[in-house]
Amino acid sequence: MKRFVLRRALGLVLTVWIVVTTAFLMMRVVPGGPFSAERRLPAAVLANVEARYHLDWPIWRQYLQYLGPFNLDSQGLLGDRERPFGGVLAGDLGPSFRYRDYTVNQILGESLPLSLALGSLALAWAVAFGTTFGILAAARRGTKLDLSLRLVAALGIALPSFVIAGLLVLVFSLALGWSPVAGSSTFAHFILPSLALGAPVAAYVARLVRTGLIESLSQDYVRTAVAKGLPYSTVILRHAARGGLLPAVSYLGPAAAGVLTGSLVIERIFAIPGTGSHFVASALSRDYTLALGVTIVYSVLIYSLNALVDFAYTRLDPRIALEEL
Amino acid sequence: MASRRWASPLWVAALSLVPLALVGWAWSLALSRSLPRADFVFNNGTEVSSLDPAAANGIPEGRVIRALYEGLYTREPIGGNAVPALAVSTELSADRLTYIFKLRPGVVWSNGDPLTAADFEWNFRRLLDPETASPFAGELWCVRGARELNTGRDAAGTPVEPGSVALGVKATDDATLVIELVAPTSHFLELLAAYQLSPVHRASLEAARQRSPQGWTSEWTRPGALVSNGPYVLAERRLNDRIRLVKNERYWDADRVAMRTIDALAIEDATTAFNLYFAGEVDWLDGNVPASLIDRLLTRDDFDPEPYFGLYFYRVNTTKPPLDDPRVRRALYATINRVQICDRLLKAGQKPAYTLVPWGHMGSYASPPAKKEDLDGARQALADAGFGPEGKPIGTLRILYNSSEQNRSIAELVANDWSEYLDLDVELENQEWKSYVDRQSNLQYDVSRSSWICDYLDVLNFFAVFTSDSDNNRTGWTNADYDKLIAEARITVDPAARNSLLRRAETILLDELPILPIYSYVSQNLVDPRVGGFGVNPLNEQNPKYWYWMDEPELARSRRALNKREKKVSSHGPKEGLYSPKAQAERKAGGRTRK
Repeated sequence: MKRFVLRRALGLVLTVWIVVTTAFLMMRVVPGGPFSAERRLPAAVLANVEARYHLDWPIWRQYLQYLGPFNLDSQGLLGDRERPFGGVLAGDLGPSFRYRDYTVNQILGESLPLSLALGSLALAWAVAFGTTFGILAAARRGTKLDLSLRLVAALGIALPSFVIAGLLVLVFSLALGWSPVAGSSTFAHFILPSLALGAPVAAYVARLVRTGLIESLSQDYVRTAVAKGLPYSTVILRHAARGGLLPAVSYLGPAAAGVLTGSLVIERIFAIPGTGSHFVASALSRDYTLALGVTIVYSVLIYSLNALVDFAYTRLDPRIALEEL
Repeated sequence: MASRRWASPLWVAALSLVPLALVGWAWSLALSRSLPRADFVFNNGTEVSSLDPAAANGIPEGRVIRALYEGLYTREPIGGNAVPALAVSTELSADRLTYIFKLRPGVVWSNGDPLTAADFEWNFRRLLDPETASPFAGELWCVRGARELNTGRDAAGTPVEPGSVALGVKATDDATLVIELVAPTSHFLELLAAYQLSPVHRASLEAARQRSPQGWTSEWTRPGALVSNGPYVLAERRLNDRIRLVKNERYWDADRVAMRTIDALAIEDATTAFNLYFAGEVDWLDGNVPASLIDRLLTRDDFDPEPYFGLYFYRVNTTKPPLDDPRVRRALYATINRVQICDRLLKAGQKPAYTLVPWGHMGSYASPPAKKEDLDGARQALADAGFGPEGKPIGTLRILYNSSEQNRSIAELVANDWSEYLDLDVELENQEWKSYVDRQSNLQYDVSRSSWICDYLDVLNFFAVFTSDSDNNRTGWTNADYDKLIAEARITVDPAARNSLLRRAETILLDELPILPIYSYVSQNLVDPRVGGFGVNPLNEQNPKYWYWMDEPELARSRRALNKREKKVSSHGPKEGLYSPKAQAERKAGGRTRK
């Protein structure tokens, strides 16, 4: 366990460093800058703005300044006595270029809770609906119920979440008036977006649970349990489910990542000011610092979630030891 | 094994607690955001880049900043002309170089501090300070000393010491502001009505700067900290969500302000915004309405497109053969079927444009007669230039545009015209916004989609784009005669003389055609029919100060004045209306006299 945690921590640092460096360089290679606009700023004014954000520095110095932990502002290393530290390693993601009144830390502090709330609810739906339908389908394998559930799952996987979102709004908001159209101020605002976001995940989970369960239902220990005369429901929920859920659990890591990064379309459709909407918008507006900040947060989140899922895996299947991961 | 101890249930519980705590924190924050509906809600289309008037430069920014601040001049909602706001009297010297403004007495900031002429002087200096890096600063170079302060160089380009520059803006006493210009500038009061010249509160900026001299802080723009002088104060700001404005009771004309609270939403998705309007959660949408709905919206009385001073056009890279030949550009110009683009594609009342000035006129100015589509003339022009079936091949022509469905459809139609009538090989090339802007600025294109929206109600604003020293030219086109005429028009005060200079300049431009005008814009407001005081002007400028809700009788009267064919849509606004205290009193008094 100790080695597992250490190795993962080391891996996290290395991964994030590679991600930051690559993203930093990629942002600078792309044509156009944060201040290129259709109405061009006069050259003298543009120089003033760029100097303010240190865009006039050589790229290696900008990179070191961004990475931190030392503030290279003004006169060289530690020249600024008021703020000797700065950059990512000092926990400062810098000012946003697009939203002039905000720092990246403030933007993430405002938007991340909304994305997490949306994502967690979407995952909750996905797990609840996915396992229920998966178990039902496996238990009634080959019946009409199984067939229709599989059809729904296939639809859920095939339809992009924005199509599902559009349909949900059309039916539940505009036609029936049961749900708000868009926004984020109450719990009710989160129901439709999280359903749309969780639908593809739920469909996958249902498929995985069904397949896993059908496989473990054919195992000897399950046959023994049935032969002992246990009720069918007990056999499924107690004996078969434990092994049958494994594929679904291992999918939850990537699923969580998908829900977090996939939320950008849903956030746009439902006007939820979460981090997902910054994911693409910041790159398009060449908001270097915000794009990097969002990338860092997402890589940390996704990496940790995967580590967590790996850990959960060992709890469900004793054959897998942490040392192997 | 060590791992057994580590993997004990306690550890499992501890580890799963981390994500649970995270989710709990997220939900507690997410659900603490509920706000009651504002009196008036509009969609601003996007998040404003800044609430600092000197840093902002855009239409969404203007709507919020006009609510928060007020300058010497502002715009009236009908017609959009510049009218005095905090200036009660304006005096212009005989040589038209010195303006003397008397300020409205007793005006205070939202924290009670008095607003004086010194505030304006300080604000002018701040806007011109290179540190402020205001994109609007260039417009003020007509003020004496402004260019020198802003760029560190004088008009001839020789460096000057900023300390030695005397700025032509002086507060001679608390209520008097004197502004001296370099040359007579007939659109100067128009400039003063720009929202970018709204004053900000000096003490709060200086305090913020003192707290964090090197920091990125804009904490003075935060709700609670922002001190402003307009009809509204900032109550809440949620990035990419909404800005909540609350009526400023200390505003000098607060009696004339009806809406107590206003929300400016930052919804970028056109369908979402429309759904919210449809559900009655938004009362006004700006231009961004779904194109597929235009046909049906045109039959309703809440959608009434008005002429808008913006031009959609193609820039031509005049440095690149064969486009460096004006005859080739003439051929391209004369084969674009603009009527088809307007009537079949855009459909909201946009008009074909053949001149630099959209709608062919603006104020007292009228464009010279322009040539229109002419297929034979176009083929002849191309043949004269030595291209075509008997001449040289012209090669492939690329139309560059920024990714959008409408831009693509227009480019397809234009490409089709050019290949059908001129036998040209045309390719479309779309780029995301910043790459497109970059390519255009560096003249890395053949033909490029462009637009220009007027900043203020002066036709010169369009002409200035295409002088050879303009940063916005981006066609590679230079013409000494054109430059000279514009320079002369800048300092000509007599309207007739000025118009005739500009007409000569436009004739040159339309002869050389560095741009191919396509259509003139319309504003596309979708607004609840009950909203009163709504701005109808060619800049589509809105001032939240004037908005109010009509009651049933007034709504009925306003609907009678409209075209009868239009379908009356039900209003989501309050049936009893919402009037400013003063209007309410006047209505009562008026009611009594009528009886």
